[in-house]
Formats: sequence, C-alpha cells, structure tokens
Amino acid sequence: MSSPQALLDAVDVSKHFGGITALDSVSLSVRGGEAVGLVGPNGAGKTTLFNCLLGLLRPDAGRIRFDGRDLIGLPVYRRARLGLGRTFQRMELFSEMTVREHLLVAERARRGTGRLWKDLLNRGAPTAEEEAEADAVLELVGLTAVADRAIESLTLGHGRLVELARALMTRPTLLLLDEPSSGLDQAESLALAGVLGSVRQERGTAVLLVEHDLAMVERVVERLYVLDFGRLLASGDRDEVLADPAVRKAYLGEEVAS
Amino acid sequence: MGVLEEVLRYAIRGVPVGCIYALVAVGLVLTFKTSGVFNLAFGAQAFVSAAVFYRTHEEYGWPIVPAFVVAVLIVAPLLGYALDRVLFRHVRTAPTVAKLVSSLGLLVAIPAVVQLWFGTGRKFNPPSIAPDPGRIFRFGEFSVSADELTTIVVTLLVVVGLTALFRYSALGLRMRSVVESPRMSELAGVNADRVGSVAWVLSSLLAGLAGVLLAPLYDSVDSITFTILIVAATAAAAFGRLSSLPLTLAGGIVLGTAQQVLAGYLPLDSVLAQGLRPSLPFLMLFLLLLFWPGLRQQREAADPLSGVDPPPPSLAITYADPRVARLNRIAFLVFLTAVLVGALFVVNGYWLFLITQGLVYTTIFLSITVLTGMSGQISLCPAVFAGVGTFAAAQLAEQHGVPILWGMVIGAVAAAAVGVVVALPALRLGGLYLALATLAFALMVENVVFPLSWVSGGDAGLDVPRPQIGSIDFADDRAFFLLAFAVFGIVATAVVFIRKGTTGRYLAALRGSEVAASAIGINPVRAKITVFALSAAIAGIGGTMLASLQGSASIDEFSSFVGLFWIVLVVTLGTRTVDGAVNAGMAFILMPELLDVLGVSSSLQVPVQFALFGFGAVTFAKNPEGVVEANKRKSIQAVSRWVVRHFGEPPSATPELATSPEPVTVLDALESAGAPDTEAPVPAGGPASSPT
Repeated sequence: MSSPQALLDAVDVSKHFGGITALDSVSLSVRGGEAVGLVGPNGAGKTTLFNCLLGLLRPDAGRIRFDGRDLIGLPVYRRARLGLGRTFQRMELFSEMTVREHLLVAERARRGTGRLWKDLLNRGAPTAEEEAEADAVLELVGLTAVADRAIESLTLGHGRLVELARALMTRPTLLLLDEPSSGLDQAESLALAGVLGSVRQERGTAVLLVEHDLAMVERVVERLYVLDFGRLLASGDRDEVLADPAVRKAYLGEEVAS
Repeated sequence: MGVLEEVLRYAIRGVPVGCIYALVAVGLVLTFKTSGVFNLAFGAQAFVSAAVFYRTHEEYGWPIVPAFVVAVLIVAPLLGYALDRVLFRHVRTAPTVAKLVSSLGLLVAIPAVVQLWFGTGRKFNPPSIAPDPGRIFRFGEFSVSADELTTIVVTLLVVVGLTALFRYSALGLRMRSVVESPRMSELAGVNADRVGSVAWVLSSLLAGLAGVLLAPLYDSVDSITFTILIVAATAAAAFGRLSSLPLTLAGGIVLGTAQQVLAGYLPLDSVLAQGLRPSLPFLMLFLLLLFWPGLRQQREAADPLSGVDPPPPSLAITYADPRVARLNRIAFLVFLTAVLVGALFVVNGYWLFLITQGLVYTTIFLSITVLTGMSGQISLCPAVFAGVGTFAAAQLAEQHGVPILWGMVIGAVAAAAVGVVVALPALRLGGLYLALATLAFALMVENVVFPLSWVSGGDAGLDVPRPQIGSIDFADDRAFFLLAFAVFGIVATAVVFIRKGTTGRYLAALRGSEVAASAIGINPVRAKITVFALSAAIAGIGGTMLASLQGSASIDEFSSFVGLFWIVLVVTLGTRTVDGAVNAGMAFILMPELLDVLGVSSSLQVPVQFALFGFGAVTFAKNPEGVVEANKRKSIQAVSRWVVRHFGEPPSATPELATSPEPVTVLDALESAGAPDTEAPVPAGGPASSPT
C-alpha cells in the first residue's frame, strides 16, 4: 500500500477463444506490498486472466504493465526475471530434486550467473551464499525439517509450500498464487495462510491470490476483485465487496432478501 | 505436347506412389491417434509383409491369393497384435520420447529379423496383386496400368472407410478418448487395451497392404527403401496435421506427384539432382514441420493423470552406503589402472586397436548421453553431426594443412552450429517433432550433402592423418590409445560437470516441469539448444577421432542408419551415465568379436546386432535408466543393505531417506563413469555387457 504507483496494472484486457469471450475488458491493478484477491465462479475467467498476466496466453486487446514495463509479448521466463513469481494450482514440481535443490536451482536462475564454461570448469555447483539464501527461505516457510527429502515423499501441503518457497527464491515483488488451498485440508490451509502472512511481513511481497476458499481470502487479502462471465463484477475493499448483494448472488449463489 | 500436359503426365505417374504414401500415413495417424505412439517402425512392418509375399510367391511358388492372404491378412495383423500386447500396450502412458525410442528400436530390429530369413540383399521383380498387372487402362490422353489402378482404388476405400469409422462409430469415439487419456477412458469404462489392440491390428494390416502394393511400383524389395518410407508417409501425415485422414491422403498424393514432376524436369547427371529427388520427402517433411501452421499450434497433450507416475530413480551411486561408495571409489581406481596397463602392455596390437576404437565410439556416444540422458530430448541424426565434424576436420587437414587436432576443434564448432540451425525451429514444437525433423534432416544430408566430393571426397572417401604434437607422433597405436583415452576422459569429465552444474540442474528442472522452470526464470529454449549444440560438438569430436584412428573417413560410417543403431545401442545400455556410454562403446566393438566366436557368419552379423539392440531399446520405456544402470542400482542397494546388516548403520544419515546424502564430489561422479560392480567393460577376451 506504500507506493501510490501500481505495481501491476492490467487495463481493458480481453481474450476470446473462438466464439467464447473469456475476458471482456477487465482491468485490475495491484500496488506494491498489497494483497489482492481475485475470485469468481469456475469459468469466470480467473485462470485466463492469470495466464495473460503470466505470459502463457496473449490477450487479444488491452495492455499489461508491471513495474513500469509493458509485459505484452514477453515470454514467461522474462516476466519471472522482472519479479513476477507464481505457484500452480496443479502441482508443478521437479520430480527428481529434493526440496533444497528446488530452491537452489531457482536461486541460480535469479542470479543468472550460470554459464556453460563455468560448468565445464566444475564451478557450477551451488555456492555457500546460495545455500544460505535457500536456508533462509526454508526457515521462513517452515520447510527446514524436510529440506533434504525427495519431492515424492512430501504431502500436498508441503508441496504447496515448496512451490511458494521456490517462487520466493526469485525474490518476486509480486506473487501470483493460483488456488493455493485447493486440495488442502483445513489445517494445511491455515498453515499456508500463516506462512503467507509472515512472508509478506518479512519480504513486503505483494500478492495476487486466485482462490475459491473464502476463509483463505478473508485471512490474506485486503482488496478483492470479483469476475463473472469474463466481466468485472465488483472490486474494492474486501469486506465491502463480500457484502455486495450482486457478488453474493453471483458467487455465493445466495438470494439476498432485501 | 503442351507444357501443362507434360507436367500432368508426370504428375499422374506420381499418383499411385502418392497413394501408398497416404496409405502408410493413414496407418501412422491411426495408431498415433489411438495409442499416442508415433510408430517409426511402420515402414519396417510394411517390409515384413512385402518380404513374406515375395518369398512365398516367388520362391516357394505359392499362387497370388494364398500368398496375399498369408502376408497381408494373417502375418500383418498378427504382428500388429503382438506388438500391441508385448510392447505398446505397456508404454501408452509413458512420455513421448520413451514411446518414440520403443518404436525406433523396432525400426532397427524388425528389418534385421526379416533379413535373417529373407537375406540381406535387394530382390527384384516383385509380384503384383492385380489380376492382370500389365493391362493398361486409357483415359483420353492418359493411361494407368491395372497395377496402379488397384493401388489408387484400395487407398481411396481405406481412407473413406477409416474416416467413417472415426467419425460415426462408437469404436471411433472410444479410440479418440483413449488418445486423450487412456487412464481417464478406463475410469469411464472404456477397455483401453481392447481399443488399442483393434487399432494396432488395423494399422498393421494397412502397413502390410502398403508393403505389398508398393513393391511392384518400386520394382524391388529391400529393407532400406521400405524403412525410409516412414519419412515420406510422415510428411503426408504432417500435411494432415497428424489427425485429418482426407488431408493426409491429399498430402501423400501431392508428395508423390511432386516427386515425379521433379524427376521429369531435373537433369539426371548432377549429384544435386540425383540426391534431391529421393530426398524430396525428407525436405518436405522438414519444411512442413517448421512452417505448417496447423502443427505449430498442436502441442502434445499431457495426460491429466500423468502425475500419478513416480519419477525415475536417482542415479545408482546416490543409493550407496558411504562405506560402499568409498570401496567403489577404490575399486574404480584399481580398475582404471588395470585397463591402462592391460591395454598398453598386455594385449596384442589387434586388441589395442579394438579397445581404442571402443573408446572413440564411447566419446561419440557421450553425445547421446548428454542429449537424451540429460535433457530428455532425442535427436535421430547423431551420425550427421559426427560426419559434419569429421569431414570438416579432414578437409581442413587435407586442403589447408590444418593440424588434425585443430581441425577437430573447428569441426566440433561446425557441428554445433549445424545442430543449432536444425534444432532451433524444431525445439519449440516438442519432442516428437524434434525427432522427426532430425530424422528428415539426417536422410536429406546423407543423400544430398554428404555424397558431394568437396564434402566427403565422394566414393573414395578422405584420408585422415594421425595427429602430431611436437615430437610426439600419434601414428603409434599405443600413443594414439593414450590420446583417445585423454579425449574420452576430458569429454566424460565435462559431461559429469555439466550434469552437476547450472546447465544440468536447469535441464533437470525442465524435465520435471517446463512451465515451473520458466516461472522461475529459466529460458527453456536456451537451455535445450545449449545441450543440443554441445551434443553435436561431442559427436563431431568423436567422429574425427574415429577417422584419425582408422586413417580415413567415408560416408558409410556416418549414414543415418548407423546413427539410429548408435541410439538404440546407447539407450539399451543406459543413457543417463557415462558408464552407459562406455558399455555401449565397448559393446559396439566387442559384439562382432563375440559373434565370430559363436560362429555367426559375417553376412548375418549386422542383422543379429541390429535385432539384439533394437529389441533392447524397446525396454527403454519400461526402464529409462538402461539395463546396466538399473542392475547397478539394484546391486548397490543390495550391497549397501548387506553392509548395514553386518556392520551397523553408517555414522551419518539414514541412506534411504536422503536421496543425495552429501554433495557429490568429482570422484563420486566419475566413479559412476565406470564402476566395476557391473560387468567390467574393457579387458580383452570377452564382451563387456551381454545385451539381454
């Protein structure tokens, strides 16, 4: 909330698939350090918007700026280097690596110091500095105890934390979280929300949370956007938006008598 | 006669061949659509039926009808059914590259098995199934023989019938669902196995039909012609975006006619023209893969349930108890010393030469270790890269007096550059298309570029000198052995370092999840192209060493088929470790010796080897780490358990939980480069690794 300038600024983004309008002039902005939620029923266009922001899809119209730079046309990895971190709804982990190795490879990617000639001279292994960096993040998200475990032996809850930790290693200024609580039990969700809180406190990372679980949304975000049928239904302060009858009708399926 | 009419006349001559291309392409699309396997062995299956038909009719004197029934209606479907039951059913959920390697194994093995029965030579004047093949039908100005007409009619019937099957029948619907996700379909109550079997039987029948129809048009039956048919058919299938049958038919006919028109107008005497006509399908496939818009959008669909598969096991050495690892290290040093001393002072000149050759081949094979083992991609043109490097070095040495070792470096750079040019456009399309594009490229270069005398010295080949550094003359075989050992050592060490370094870790991340790797800022194309170029450079270095050892370079050593054999060999024995490559290199050299000892006549040795390792590669999908590495892992685990039982837990961590208990040191890694707990690769007298 500190900077008045928006960190992420998407203006009038539209996307069509054949005859279907997935996004119809949707605008959304996130300021530095702020936590913003994006909710809506399935099929509302949340994932499409997400993919446009991340570069997996190219919007048909509109512009997306991040940290003062135009994102349209930039490949996924370039956006990541600008400070856009993400986690996945369906877990995307590196199956052959341990938890720590996930973090170390992300750290190397952030530093961009890897060169083929260094590998050839056997100077490609993680440095002490990188290890320290990884240890700090492991501590922050509470994965120290399982740091050297193979990824296949972790629970889903731990898996999500690994994704979060891996994203944090790139030192993002904005974290995009794609339904992080899906598939988690309540205790795991709560733990995740707690970790997100401490991450924001310590790192000042802005968060854009796509989520179904309203308990999670209420716990984490300050502002909320509601999408429905590809259009922006409401946006603003979390509590006000959640109290909006139109939102309750579209999203919660409630007929509000009044 | 008008120009247009002349063109038309040539074009019509191409229609029957085009129909065959289409027939094969339709069979390809059929199995690709239903089992997700791009069956590279399809042409080989066509060869089976053609060979059976020829042999039963011409040599056993059977009449046409029973010969046809046996070849096409019995042998071909049975073959398809067997392949499905034994192999493809089990790889349905495997990754694309694993499926490709399985079918590549068959492409190498099937013709070899047939040759053991049919003979390795080319047979002429194959029979036709048309009742009166010579009869000519006239349509105004144009004429078609009964033979050709049969082909056209059969193809049209097949395409129409299959299109209807896919669109309108319940079986077609099930087939389409099985492609999308076999596991999902099974959850929905579809018997995916049965659907797969039907598709394989049907497609194999088409292969058989195509084989029998094609033989008279080509006027001969030989394995290469048929096996390469796959490329032309793939071009036609690519035209139909690997899914549309009518478009596939159109693609086949366009290709067939274009070939004939080209043949009619190009002068026959230039090498370029002679090479261009037969390689038109390769060229067309290559261009289609790169520029045909439908293909670019089509990504390999990921099975939504693919996440249920466990990841591949770690390298064997990471499972070792620390004490076992230490023992291993000592044993490796002892073994290394024994090999060096043995090669230099014990064995005779013949065996020294063989061992050196094995080392040089190992160096070449490390290019496959890097590409397939580390980045999970597959290139079907390793021999082209080896050839580019070798011919560049040889020409520089011969024409410009460049020392051969410098030539080797320049050749490696040239090979890497060619690799980048080939792979850059194809990489974006994914594993299957990279494989097909490299196969097309290999055949094209083999036919058009390599025969040129300024490249390869033509039929005579090129003389390649042994290197000389100061007063050390490597013309001496012992000296050259040490050089080959040094070059192998440097390349192997580089491979190990890269695996541990940034590049290797990026590639491991990309193997795990490409989207996630991109999301942390890894540039996937750059990582893959780096390793592709590296692989090409290694092949170039190995090729030059080979030529220098033998004193000459010729195109036969770098033909695309030789390259395919290299791949199946390395894949069988292990792509992920250096010792897989060592075993492959030694097997390459020792197999002929072993077959000699066993009394296999020299004319059958090549088919026997092709069959053995072709079938060996088929196990890749089940066992992606290679036979040797898998057994090594098991034996290391067993020894570690034994040590723990008798000497108690190691002082440090529990080995089962930690996948990588301590940072792997150079020695640790190098030790997996030739750990002696598998069969010892080198010493004289016996084969390294018996392929089973």
